[in-house]
Amino acid sequence: MRFRDTLKTSLTGLKTNKMQSALTILGIVISIAAIIMIMSIGAGAQDLILQEISGFGSDIIVIRPGKEPKGPSDIGDTLFSDSLTKKDIEALKKKSNVPELEHIVPGVLVPGSVSYEGETYRPTIFGYDAEFIGSALNIYPEEGQYFTEQDIEMNAKVVVIGSKVKEELFGSAEALGEYIKIKGKNFKVVAILPQKGQVSFFNVDEVVLLPYTTAQSQLLGIDYFQEVLVIATSPEAVEKTVRDIELTLREMHNITDPEDDDFYVLTMEGTVQQIKNILQSLTILLSSVVAIVLVVGGIGVMNIMLVSVTERTHEIGLRKAVGATNQDILLQFLLESVSLTVIGGAVGIIIGGSLSMIVTIVLQKFFALNWIFTIPLISIILGLSVAAAVGVVFGLYPARKASQKSPIEALRFE
Amino acid sequence: MRPIIEVKNVKKTYFNDEVETHALRGVSFDVKQGEFVAIMGPSGSGKSTLLHILGFLDHPTKGKYRLDGKSIDQFDEPELAWVRNQKIGFVFQMFNLLNRTTVIDNVKLPLAYAGIKNGEQDELAKIALEKVGLSHRLDHTPSQLSGGEQQRVAIARALINEPSVIFADEPTGNLDTKSGNQIMDIFSRLHDEGHTIVLITHEPYIARFAQRIINIKDGLIASNKTNHKPIKKPISRR
Repeated sequence: MRFRDTLKTSLTGLKTNKMQSALTILGIVISIAAIIMIMSIGAGAQDLILQEISGFGSDIIVIRPGKEPKGPSDIGDTLFSDSLTKKDIEALKKKSNVPELEHIVPGVLVPGSVSYEGETYRPTIFGYDAEFIGSALNIYPEEGQYFTEQDIEMNAKVVVIGSKVKEELFGSAEALGEYIKIKGKNFKVVAILPQKGQVSFFNVDEVVLLPYTTAQSQLLGIDYFQEVLVIATSPEAVEKTVRDIELTLREMHNITDPEDDDFYVLTMEGTVQQIKNILQSLTILLSSVVAIVLVVGGIGVMNIMLVSVTERTHEIGLRKAVGATNQDILLQFLLESVSLTVIGGAVGIIIGGSLSMIVTIVLQKFFALNWIFTIPLISIILGLSVAAAVGVVFGLYPARKASQKSPIEALRFE
Repeated sequence: MRPIIEVKNVKKTYFNDEVETHALRGVSFDVKQGEFVAIMGPSGSGKSTLLHILGFLDHPTKGKYRLDGKSIDQFDEPELAWVRNQKIGFVFQMFNLLNRTTVIDNVKLPLAYAGIKNGEQDELAKIALEKVGLSHRLDHTPSQLSGGEQQRVAIARALINEPSVIFADEPTGNLDTKSGNQIMDIFSRLHDEGHTIVLITHEPYIARFAQRIINIKDGLIASNKTNHKPIKKPISRR
């Protein structure tokens, strides 16, 4: 029999049992939709991370005090550790210690709220070099100017505020030049940042930046740092610079065994790799769940095909009597199960794609993430071929059973 | 000329749960090209078994059977399908049409298995349906037709590949007298056109349409007689 005729026969077979066929492929539809969603959302997340690196620079090195956190309970250790001091910064600045160091910026985090004429708001307050952070993230004030190095040296009581902070405290009124209160002390607003939403790992709109020196002396009463950013001369120099930093700090802290380090060094590269690893294991985990659903779906297809073969024993007998070969019958039933699963796969791709699109819109609208909607072509190809493979694997046994039926037995069957 | 059907001492034994059933116990006869032969016998006489063997659907346990000089043992499975497709046309008691498929697609079925192109299939199927007077029913499904009409579709299907022999197994068994007569009229006409027909029936009246009547009883041929006055026009029996 010509292939086209066989295909037509198979499709007719499916059409006559529409409801049954639809229910049978549900498992396949769900699995393939899940595959598409996992791959689409995985690709979106990956894109987002890659954007972050290019936004933040892969030449940035972060030094934090305390032991590297291995779990959530270790984070407090970092926040309250006092191991990174001004002396360390001076040592790292020396060319003889870290030759490829381009720039070094210490920072502190100030817990607390800000207020202005009775309005109070809880932003994220950083003691940092605002100009450096701004240029690293490519953000420039909408109004006013970043505070200068001189301000930092002189412990100036000045702040740069995000757009949300401005709106919460001042509404539509002028904010530039006004004084806001942090822990009862007045700080002059010297710049307002443009609305940017989530950039890198914090929300620009909800941030208050002030000189780290001011934060240390006026607000916290400490002389250590919670974070030190180091910029290497080039992304290629990052690895060597990390080593130099570690050696210098160990010397400063009299540490001989790296196990006893009271600081740890992070690179963007490393962070990205970590996140990628997490995403990858998540994908593998979800995929194995999908695989189980797929097998269950396949068993459903096999079941329905076996029922169909029995129901149509008579038809098989007749077809053989008028000249169908075993191969014709095998192909007819195999094509039927493959059409069934491929249609299921196609529907799954459409549903999975639509759901991914909805997730994208939600992430963009409600979480202000710069998330890009992609359905990788490979996921469509993979989805369809997996569906077809399930059709072949689970359709083969019923189809073989059909093809092996003896024509007389089949004709006798009522 | 060599007979188209040669049956020599054919035996068929079924083994079910170690019980042997002798369906055929040594049957011999010939059918010549263009002959119309009726095989008669009560149910259980072995006539259906014989038809399956004649139609290359089953192997004899012993003995020789040749159709057009060829034995079933000469062919492997795909070749056998090809022979059934090209040499044999079946008409069954239960019509055996595909119920959800249109009349024309049912008739085209053997052509599809012969690998003929679709356009050509349509033409041939229309001609065959015209022969049985059903040109106006092409796109109906079997369930929309009467029993007689369904059997005529089945005959069109049996004719379409211009087979060497038409085997009919109780073709009127499920029909009322009038429809049965119409079917027998068609068989008579096909015989007149030169087709070889082997018909199985347990009704003496139906058998009398044939030129020769073979009686089977308990797996053996009881009689094999020429019918000198075959019925040409169906008698109206109201």
